Parts: sequence; C-alpha cells; structure tokens
Amino acid sequence: MKPVNQKAWLLILPVVLCVAFSAILPLMTVVNYSVQDIISPERRVFVGTEWFKAVMRDDDLQGALLRQMGFSLSVLVVEIPLGIALALAMPAKGWRSSVVLVLVAISLLIPWNVVGTIWQIYGRTDIGLLGATLAALGIEYSYTGNATHAWLTVLAMDVWHWTPLVALLCYAGLRAIPDAYYQAASIDGASKAAVFRYIQLPKLRGVLMIAVLLRFMDSFMIYTEPFVLTGGGPGNATTFLSQYLTQKAVGQFDLGPAAAFSLIYFLIILLLCFILYNWMQRVGTTDKVEGGHG
Amino acid sequence: MARIELDLAHAYLRNPQREADYALLPLKMSFEDGGAYALLGPSGCGKTTLLNIVSGLVRPSQGAVCFDGRDVTGLSPQQRNIAQVFQFPVIYDTMTVAENLAFPLRNRGVAADRIRQRVGKVAEMLELSGQLGMRAAGLAADAKQKISLGRGLVREDVSAVLFDEPLTVIDPHLKWQLRRKLKQIHHELKLTLIYVTHDQVEALTFAQQVVVMTRGRAVQVGTASELFERPSHTFVGNFIGSPGMNFLPARGAAAGIEVAGRVLAAPNAVLSSLGSFTLGVRPEYVQIAPANEAGAVPGVVTQVQDIGTYWLVGARVGDGVGQTMLRARLSPEQAIPRIGETVWLSIVGDHTCYYVDERLIA
Repeated sequence: MKPVNQKAWLLILPVVLCVAFSAILPLMTVVNYSVQDIISPERRVFVGTEWFKAVMRDDDLQGALLRQMGFSLSVLVVEIPLGIALALAMPAKGWRSSVVLVLVAISLLIPWNVVGTIWQIYGRTDIGLLGATLAALGIEYSYTGNATHAWLTVLAMDVWHWTPLVALLCYAGLRAIPDAYYQAASIDGASKAAVFRYIQLPKLRGVLMIAVLLRFMDSFMIYTEPFVLTGGGPGNATTFLSQYLTQKAVGQFDLGPAAAFSLIYFLIILLLCFILYNWMQRVGTTDKVEGGHG
Repeated sequence: MARIELDLAHAYLRNPQREADYALLPLKMSFEDGGAYALLGPSGCGKTTLLNIVSGLVRPSQGAVCFDGRDVTGLSPQQRNIAQVFQFPVIYDTMTVAENLAFPLRNRGVAADRIRQRVGKVAEMLELSGQLGMRAAGLAADAKQKISLGRGLVREDVSAVLFDEPLTVIDPHLKWQLRRKLKQIHHELKLTLIYVTHDQVEALTFAQQVVVMTRGRAVQVGTASELFERPSHTFVGNFIGSPGMNFLPARGAAAGIEVAGRVLAAPNAVLSSLGSFTLGVRPEYVQIAPANEAGAVPGVVTQVQDIGTYWLVGARVGDGVGQTMLRARLSPEQAIPRIGETVWLSIVGDHTCYYVDERLIA
C-alpha cells in the first residue's frame, strides 16, 4: 500500500491561518452575535434563530430590501445599455481614443464620498448647475424634500459614477474582436444592426457578464454616496440595505439583529449573483430547438 | 459573374517615395470570367492586399478596379457583390449552421424558400447537411471553416469568390479533400475563384492560372506547367519546385557560353554575345552524363539524400567566385554517386532557361 503523505497539510497551513485570521474568524464572530443576545460583555444568552425571525419580519428591512432591489435593477437597466452605447461610440484608435479613454475614466477615480459631495452641490437649486437649471425650467426640484427626486438623483449619481466602468469593459471587449469579423459581415451584406446583434453583442458576452455582476454587487452594497447626498432621506426613501444595517449596528447598537441581518444580506447577494451568473452563462449558448431546417 | 480588370498600385503609407513603400507596385492584370486563379507568394508579398483590393475591403491608392468594364474602385464589397473567405473561420456564434449559411442571403432579402434551397445545396456540397441544426459555435475548426466557405458559395450571383488562405487551419488530410471539393464546386458553379496561398502545391493543383507574387510585384502569370518549364523570373524558378531551380553564373564566350569554367556550345546565338547572365536549370532536368559530354559540367558530389521517391544529389561545380551548388533529382533506378566522387552533370538542354537581371531572355 502506498504510504499517505501528509506533508501537504504543512504547506497549506500558512494559507489556512491567513484566511482564518482575516475571513473565517471575523465571519464566525458575526455568526456568533447572530445567535446570542449580548447584554454586557459578561452576560450573554443564546437565542437561537430569534434574531433571524425578528429581522425577517421587520417592515423597515423589507422596505429597504425592496428599495434596494429596485435600485440595483434600475442601475443595471440604465448602466449596461448606456455603457455599451458609449463603448460603441468611442473612437477605436489614434490619439482621440486615448483622450476619450482618459475622459471616460475620470469619474472612476473620484472617491465615493467626494462623488456624494459633488452631487450634493450639483443638485442645489441655489448654487448647483443641475438644480439651478431644473429650477429655471420650472421644475420644483429638491432632492432633500421630494422622495422621487431624491431617488432619481441617487440613481443619476450612480450612473454618472459607474457607467464608465461598463463602457471601459465593453470597449476592451469590442477591441478584442478580430477585424475579419467585420470584413466578413461587410461581405455578407450585414447591416449595422445585424453586426451589433450577431457579432458585437455575442462577443461582448464575457465582459458583459463581469460588468453585470460587478455593477449588481456594488450597487447592492451602495452606502457612501446616498449617505453623503441624502442621508437616506427624505424619510427613508433612499435608505438602502447597508445604510439600514449601519443604523442598526452602529447607531442603535443592536448587534444581534445586525449580525443576523448581515448574514441574510450576504446570502442574498450570493444567491442573486449565482442566479445572474447561471442565467447569463446559459443565455445565447443553449442549443435552439431543432427543426425547420430539415 | 464578371471579368475583373486591375490597373493599380497601392501603398499603405500616405506619401510613398521608394519601391519599398508600396505594398503593391503598379500592375495590370485581368481575371477572366469563370476562371480559377491562385495568387501565390511568400508572406508579405502583397497577395492579401491585392485580394482585398479586388473585394473592395481596401481601396487602391492609385488606379482602378473594373468589373466587366465598369469602374468599381469606390464601391464596397457589398456593391461589388463579392464573396470572400478569410484565413481564420468567421462564424456567427449565436446562429446555427443553417442560419450562418443563410445569413448572406437573408441580408439581401432573398425569399425563404430560395434560401432553404440554396443552404441545402451548399451544405450538401460541403458535407454539412447533418450539422445544419447545430450551433456553429460548438463545432471544430475545420467545420467552422467549411461554414465560412459555405457562406462564400451560397450566393449564386456573385461576381467572384475570393479565398484568403482558407485552408490554413485545416488538417492536412481534410485540406486535400476540401481543395478537391473547391475544384469540383468551381466546375459545377462556374464561378470566378481567386485563391490566395503561399503553398505552391495548393496553388498549382487548384488554379488554372497562377499569379506568382513577390515584394509587391506580380512576376508571372501562367499555368502550372508554364511556371515550371519557363519561369519568367528567377524568383519563380526558385519559389516553384522542390527544390527550386539551379542558377549558375554564366558568360558569353567566343565559341559559346562559359559556365563553371567550361565553354559549352551556345543553344542560342544571342547568348554568346552577352556579357554575364544566369543559367537556370531545374534539378529534374540535371542528369548524370558521360565525361566531357557537350552541355555537361564536372562537379564534386557533396550531398546525397534519399527523399523517398527520388534521390537528391548536390554537387559543387566551378571554382573560385563562380563556385555554385548544383542539385539534381535522380531516380532511384540509376546508379547514385557517392560523396566526394566527381561526376559530369548535363545542364544545357531544351529545358534550360537564361536570365539577365533576374528576367528570362531565352
């Protein structure tokens, strides 16, 4: 019988220690909090799934979750097509492409809280360009008073901040398509729409998948920008999940429910990403039903 | 279908000055309606540029392209009604094989019945009938290239079908099959086919007329046997044939021509009046001769190789600066000389060509 070599365990030990120290133990702390009621550092009570039940029944949380879903969905619906359109409109080569690339990437370099501040000023009706323009057009714009305006402003801010990321990813994807495809399409007499539908879009599948996942995860965890811009208001119109979580954990110091909710939050993101990923993997690659072609 | 006439030059640079700036030097050429042509030459000789000019993907910087006497220089491939197949298979990933084949027809608004009919026919010719309902993306490289070929052949009214080294990605045994298939298709459909390749066997077996190109110049247009027997340029002599033609420096002399230190009877009176020129003879026509025979030179054998169906013998002839390697293809039936032996090799005969400045003079 071949002797079992256990030395490999020694080799992966450093990695196990690192991951345990940086990821597993902190996560387990959260798990720990989520099943206990910590009254004081000395006194704690095991409560089982009580926090989870409470959190799931919490109306505020359900509201925040719905708002969050709506927001992330809107982000994807706006940013993905817009990013593709931008990428298609960007020049392919020469000095113009370099200039455009730099210009497009600028918003990505701005820290989140600064983006919030920029929009806070931009949207003010007295000194902000956007606010003043809208006011001049006769719209009673107020991102602090009107829930719809606040929501739209947060969405516009996210689009402004992150569409360039989608555009850059798509731009890279477009540049990777060999010229022969365009030449063949031109020989085959394909229209511009057909080139987009049958060459560019299928070839962008990979980068679009990354773009959708990134934008979904990021927007689902959005915190800083709405916090700076609206503080979650008016009312709780722009209170998204992570802000709600922070309020619970840091504001009210309800560590138990906050921990339970963190885990649910984590699982929601994981589940949605899993569904999205699998759906995108399948779309356009499954065999069409045979028939019609003899 | 159309007769294609070219009278053009092309440079990718904005302001070409020297010959080297041109991808294609000024050339005049015509492709007859229904002919099978090959553009043959080493990488970078301008054959793909020429093909793209014919198809309309590249606009020549000077001159014009005419189809049946009509100037089409400014027209797109679509307007010229050209079909082109590229070196690497281009398929539409999201479509089935049948949809891929139908694409050029669908874009032109051909009726569904007619499309189905054409797709069925082309698929049958290319042996793709069993795969019509499959997604094109999942197929092997050679099946994908067959789809590309099929898209090139599916339209019956095309002016010409152009192939840009279409068999590069295909396995050798399939290559042979597909080439035969293409020939057969040419026979059936009577389309004008232009085929770019750097493989002489491919060019010579496929085409009725082969255009040999080098450094942006079309040096000879001819049938396989013309290119073999009477290469009009030393490049052709060297490029066609395996191994290529032997070239020996020669000089006109009072009593004939002087080659490798020996004066041989001149087959053509013009030659003896020339200064220096080059004598070219294919290894196939170099034979071992009795000592001191007319038209033969002595050489010391330096190489003997068994190439399977023949022997390749290399001998050093002449001395000093005029020393050259002369290769002969000998059949295995005859006595093969050994290395170091001195043999006499006949070089002047009916098949011998004479060149001045790389061009054939006699």
